[in-house]
Amino acid sequence: MVKVAEETILDARIPEGPIESKWSNHKNHINLVSPANKRKYTVIVVGTGLAGGSAAASLAELGYNVLNFCIQDTPRRAHSVAAQGGINAAKNYQNDGDSVWRLFYDTVKGGDFRSREANVYRLSELSSNIIDQCAAQGVPFAREYGGTLANRSFGGAQVSRTFYARGQTGQQLLLGCYTALMRQVDAGRVKLFSRREMLDLVLVDGRARGIVCRNLITGEIESYAGDAVLLATGGYSTAFFLSTNAVNSNVTAAWRCHKRGALFANPCYTQIHPTCIPLAGESQSKLTLMSESLRNDGRVWVPKKKGDARAPRDIPAEERDYYLERIYPAFGNLVPRDIASRAAKRMCDSGFGVGRSGYAVYLDFASAIDRLGRETVRERYGNLFDMYHEITDENPYETPMRIYPAPHYTMGGLWVDYNLMSTIPGLHVLGEANFSDHGANRLGASALMQGLADGYFVIPYTLGDYLASSRVLNDKVTTDHPAFKASVAAVAEQTRRLVGSGGKRTVHQFHWELGRILWDHVGMSRNEKGLQQAISEIRGLREEFWKDVKVGGKDADFNKNLEFAGRVADFMELGELLALDALHRKESCGGHFREEYQSPRAKRCATTKTSAMSARGNGQAIRPSLSSTRNTSSSTTSISHSAAISKVKQ
Amino acid sequence: MKVNVKVWRQAGPKTTGEFKHYAVDGILPEMSLLEMLDALNEQLTKNDEEPIAFDSDCREGICGACGMMVDGMAHGPRRKCTTCELRMRHFPDGATITIEPFRAKGFPVVKDLVVDRSAFDRIIAAGGYVSVNTGSAPDANAILIPKDIAEKAMDSAACIGCGACVAACPNASAVLFVGAKITQFSLLPQGQAERDRRALRMIAQMDKEGFGNCSNHAECEAACPKGISISNIAKMRTEYMHASRVQEKHGD
Repeated sequence: MVKVAEETILDARIPEGPIESKWSNHKNHINLVSPANKRKYTVIVVGTGLAGGSAAASLAELGYNVLNFCIQDTPRRAHSVAAQGGINAAKNYQNDGDSVWRLFYDTVKGGDFRSREANVYRLSELSSNIIDQCAAQGVPFAREYGGTLANRSFGGAQVSRTFYARGQTGQQLLLGCYTALMRQVDAGRVKLFSRREMLDLVLVDGRARGIVCRNLITGEIESYAGDAVLLATGGYSTAFFLSTNAVNSNVTAAWRCHKRGALFANPCYTQIHPTCIPLAGESQSKLTLMSESLRNDGRVWVPKKKGDARAPRDIPAEERDYYLERIYPAFGNLVPRDIASRAAKRMCDSGFGVGRSGYAVYLDFASAIDRLGRETVRERYGNLFDMYHEITDENPYETPMRIYPAPHYTMGGLWVDYNLMSTIPGLHVLGEANFSDHGANRLGASALMQGLADGYFVIPYTLGDYLASSRVLNDKVTTDHPAFKASVAAVAEQTRRLVGSGGKRTVHQFHWELGRILWDHVGMSRNEKGLQQAISEIRGLREEFWKDVKVGGKDADFNKNLEFAGRVADFMELGELLALDALHRKESCGGHFREEYQSPRAKRCATTKTSAMSARGNGQAIRPSLSSTRNTSSSTTSISHSAAISKVKQ
Repeated sequence: MKVNVKVWRQAGPKTTGEFKHYAVDGILPEMSLLEMLDALNEQLTKNDEEPIAFDSDCREGICGACGMMVDGMAHGPRRKCTTCELRMRHFPDGATITIEPFRAKGFPVVKDLVVDRSAFDRIIAAGGYVSVNTGSAPDANAILIPKDIAEKAMDSAACIGCGACVAACPNASAVLFVGAKITQFSLLPQGQAERDRRALRMIAQMDKEGFGNCSNHAECEAACPKGISISNIAKMRTEYMHASRVQEKHGD
């Protein structure tokens, strides 16, 4: 039974004053923990990706005791590692007119004006510090011959502000923060707990004071106490089963916090990435992303003739429809992700798709190779081309890539205030796991920026404010507290229930089924009827899951089926919330496209064959006309509203 | 496709293991080896048998979690390819594929194909970093790094920490992994301050973890999914020699 909470207005605690000085003023006035006192505090950080790793390292450098947890065997494998393209920063090294304001504006506009603007402005201000920090750590960013940093362009921007390390930017940034983290492990200020999965949040007197997790090797249920909990556990795209996320990515840590009272905001804002390798067969375990940076030099097209079965090279230029360049001439192939994804879906749904399934479009590098030469193209994208070749057995230097959209990133997440604290005092949420910075759609190269800004430059300040003002030091708790015992017992009970379930269908089958429902009805295009159907189907599937799932193995052992079963159980609940949020949100924005609620302009754009205009695709529409006070208050209202409706009580 | 899988089963670190044979049907050429194992695990789960434990995460060759010996080769027979990227089309229909965990003293078996590679973390913790606290960095363009140096550093930094180099080496040596990190930082201006200390400490930790010595087989380079060159090992040796001489002269 789903109950929608009464509408409550949450206080985002956005500092007063003009948007440009909010962060400085805030830093000047929040509470500090003195150096001598920092060592008295223990901070639990869950996750070791860009947000969690950078937070753990930075807090330890300040002198806090940090307990850092990850599900992987080592922090270096957190899924941030897979980010390919780059990281934005308002350095204006290219002298092309970039500024903090422009990065702020592009990010807010890219998010279809649903981001919390005060947070985004801060993010934009901090972006330059991130590049400095990473370069100092020895991250080998791409350079020009003279030794200065190189930039590339990304979707949704008309300046070149993306810093990169070949097609492995996420890996290199993660290794930067992983090495900083390991330095603190060596110094004894971070205790690392790998192969642990957080399964519950422990509250004492209404404040987050610890976690319960399962040791993934021994199966033991362990608990840890601290003075604050930081959640940096990433997004929930794997709810769709097939996504670009790692197979172990999940919502469990965030969802269990939600069930303890942390409100969820904008769960239906999910990003479907336009450039992924299309699905090859039912046995596929994940979809592989081809970096958006490829759209810098690749041209997207489909044949003008429906069902044209000729090999792509045999189709002459005049019989090709370079539809992004045609419909959105100002941005061309670099339109924001949601627009590119829906355009591809439209083309395929109307029969212009290519490949065996008809659900793919071409991304063609022939003109880039003619213009730049094969070597330059190899230098820019070599590893991506190799990856594509290895997977599809087709050589992208010779024949165009086939691409199709896939779930990639979730803008929604746990609601946080300006200090990144959730609705549970002491529980802070960083990176993709929170909801605040990307609104309804995230621009390329801004996820890495947000994760690192939160971890390196926001939480080290705002956590101190919480610790100093909440006086948690006065009542230290240990894992002997009854709240810990109760939580351990509840988690152990669920684990036993899953292992003991003697059903017939595997966890994998249930996850596949859930993914199909979500993709069909809560994917790129949504409508009321479909969403209602999804809700009822998910409810049914969830009931069947608890009756008929087959897990097997032992609970006190390395048991992958058991890990996945717990995650899928949570996805079944989250999936319903996703659909419910999408149903309730009677508008189209960013990644949330409701068929019934399109503006006349967007509709025209969706059907037009010749129009050069669109609500968001036309570069001339960019006008720096936001009024910070108006937008701050309006975004606060809309966000708290969505947070309130998104609370599900089971 | 139908394949026969001969796979190492071992319940835990202290138990003895053995090979078991399984037949898997309905395999498509575009499936990865791990997707084939997924299919086998589904089959085992349905038959109330315990699925095969193996590590994997990103399934696109970048996280370094997967790694197993496939027909005696780390990550299998394809060059510059992780196990998760290895497609079944490279095996003939009806093939028998032998799958074992990485075997090295430094990588004790956890279960089946899962090994403990935390030794790599301890080697990095011993000095595989630049000591720069958050907030104390100069402007990123204040220190110029010529393009070719940055590119070379990137070649070394591309390591995914999968451990295939160790598994492929007859001595179970970790010098390619260690050499790549030492080389990356020795090339960059940011790595200079701790250059000697880093080489000495990382190599001491590597020895402590029980990895063997290098005797120039170059199997590591052949097995490396990211194509890390053995010139990183040569560079590591010069760094170590230099650091040792400095240490002799000035003390630690």
